Amino acid sequence: MTSTSRATRIAVAGIGKMGLSHLAIVNAQPDLEVAAVCDASGMVRGVLEKYTGVVTYDDYDRMLREVELDAVLIATPSRTHASMVRTALERGLHVFCEKPFTLAVQDATELTALARSKGLVTQVGYHNRFVGPFAEVKRLLDAGAIGTVTHALGEAYGPVVLKPKGGTWRSRKEEGGGALYDYAAHPLNLLNWYFGGATSVGGTVLRPIFSRETDDEVHSTIHFAGGESANISVNWSDESHRKMTTRMTIWGTAGRIFADRQEIQVFLRDGAAVPEGYERGWNVRYGTELTGGVGFYLRGEEYSAQIEHFAERVREGRTDGVNGFESAAETDRVIAMLIADAATAAPTLAPTPTATPMAGPRHAEVRRPRRRVRFPWGVPQPAVQLELREGS
Amino acid sequence: MDRLLFGDNQFFGVNHMSEEKARAQAMRFQSVDAVMGVLDAAYDAGVRTFMCTTHDRVGEIADRVRLDRERYADFAFYPCMPYAHKYANAVTEDGMLGAVKRFLPGEGLMNAAIRGGSSMARKDIDGITTLLIDAEMKMFQGLRTPVVFLQNVIVDLLLGLGFNAAFRVFADHVRERYGAEPGFITMNLPALVPVLEAQGIEDPIVCSNINKLGFRMSGGVAAYERTLREHRFRAIAMSVFASGAIPAEEAIEWVCAQPNLESIVFGASSERNIRQTRDLVARHWDLQPVLA
Repeated sequence: MTSTSRATRIAVAGIGKMGLSHLAIVNAQPDLEVAAVCDASGMVRGVLEKYTGVVTYDDYDRMLREVELDAVLIATPSRTHASMVRTALERGLHVFCEKPFTLAVQDATELTALARSKGLVTQVGYHNRFVGPFAEVKRLLDAGAIGTVTHALGEAYGPVVLKPKGGTWRSRKEEGGGALYDYAAHPLNLLNWYFGGATSVGGTVLRPIFSRETDDEVHSTIHFAGGESANISVNWSDESHRKMTTRMTIWGTAGRIFADRQEIQVFLRDGAAVPEGYERGWNVRYGTELTGGVGFYLRGEEYSAQIEHFAERVREGRTDGVNGFESAAETDRVIAMLIADAATAAPTLAPTPTATPMAGPRHAEVRRPRRRVRFPWGVPQPAVQLELREGS
Repeated sequence: MDRLLFGDNQFFGVNHMSEEKARAQAMRFQSVDAVMGVLDAAYDAGVRTFMCTTHDRVGEIADRVRLDRERYADFAFYPCMPYAHKYANAVTEDGMLGAVKRFLPGEGLMNAAIRGGSSMARKDIDGITTLLIDAEMKMFQGLRTPVVFLQNVIVDLLLGLGFNAAFRVFADHVRERYGAEPGFITMNLPALVPVLEAQGIEDPIVCSNINKLGFRMSGGVAAYERTLREHRFRAIAMSVFASGAIPAEEAIEWVCAQPNLESIVFGASSERNIRQTRDLVARHWDLQPVLA
């Protein structure tokens, strides 16, 4: 930033689990200035105002009208994204929106076009694209390192819904639960990054394990324009994982790549176009070397790196870049395809043996994980819900 | 403070380099006996301070130490709170209210309700903060806890938000109620230290990544070196090997040469590795504890 330019004035809407973390990261950026915060919870607003001095609003539209802004970060429940993004774009604001982008492909398409027509900078919070090893996969694929890709496996596992109790919002679809949008969206978005938009999907299973209404498990086969196929395997009722784990395995004619947040393992066959720094046979590179540093760290470099990227693009007025609306719309589209495919699948799901009174999921519910979020989008989440990455 | 502190990541499936290795460690240290075996080896090698998260399983370790006071006469815990996953999981399972109930301190519902309830009503963080600290400290009752840390995920969240008063609330409560020194773990040392100074927290203990690679040293190595040289605080280095990315000897030689560093926290899974690290550090530092 030159001495003559001023900081980008940004508002943060929705101070839940993700919003709080975004607010901390945004506030720590030297070239971003938090001009206002918006949340439905009086408690959250009161505490933030009292202890951090930030200006708060309970009404998003009023905030956009009254505060001089360049950009807005939206971290409200997914159901509200489309209308809030639209309002911001119409006011000429650059937008960073938490994932998933929208719940309807039509919205995603319209908003992408609207942003483009106004020349605004847009970004969606698919932070895995800022994880060193996943970015290295993209670099290797673009370089043709493993030849022609035939198949990929995208996985996400973690311990979110572990009991058939149904005592919390995560088990109620009207309040925004579901492993498809929350977990599966991540490997799907990586697959879109690597192979582009999906052309068809098949064999989709959206299955509750413990939740009464939402999917806890997601499986599907996805086909891409380049001829690649991919399986996704997602389960957020898997307690063998300490926290969410996302993995990608890719097979090509000249080798195989495995990647997760920590490392990338690459096997290159004879005849592979071996990139610089790699050799034939096994190659292992760690996140410690693949991940660049950030100015301010919270929870993981990727969360800060995506905000730094957005800030830089806004400063430079660059509409190209990582995770623009157009790319996130591709993920919305494949999610819609999975929902439609699951709805046409033969009703073969057996009642879940451990489920509570409502027992076996009714198929109408299985097929349509709609997210009618009724609660105010600012329901406070405790800060301690943030993922912990111990340092020693 | 001892110059060498023993960390706990290896016991709880935390490894910054490999999920496979993390899982293998989680399997190996599933039983408390396996953990105690390594802690005993550390203790017998003169590494007597266990810097640990307030993980439920640390409660079991605390029970073992409590049962054999003679064997563990010089054993000290440096609790690091909160173990964030514990709260996240509890909220998932029991909802907010259920989770709060589960973590109420032993002194009773009434006190907790008064401190917590009126705190919420006044939008005042003191009551609820001290309540949570007491809940986390429950498992260490009757044990030595000369330093109590706030975990980096919370420190850095508060730092980013500019919620600076919370650091003072934590420091005061830890000093007054537990007679302990407040400690702060951070991934943003150059940003945190001036904030603690401004809050009037004198000579705070601050633990951060300090390694030759600059791994998770936000703001850069030069800013860390400047902070170490120019500010008054008691520094602990963690991740000195950058999760194994730096050869041990090179890592230790570099970190021991940093100015004003008081302690190093390291993790190891075998007696051999513990002694190796101790001996490496002993080549550069006198291992006698530094008196405050």
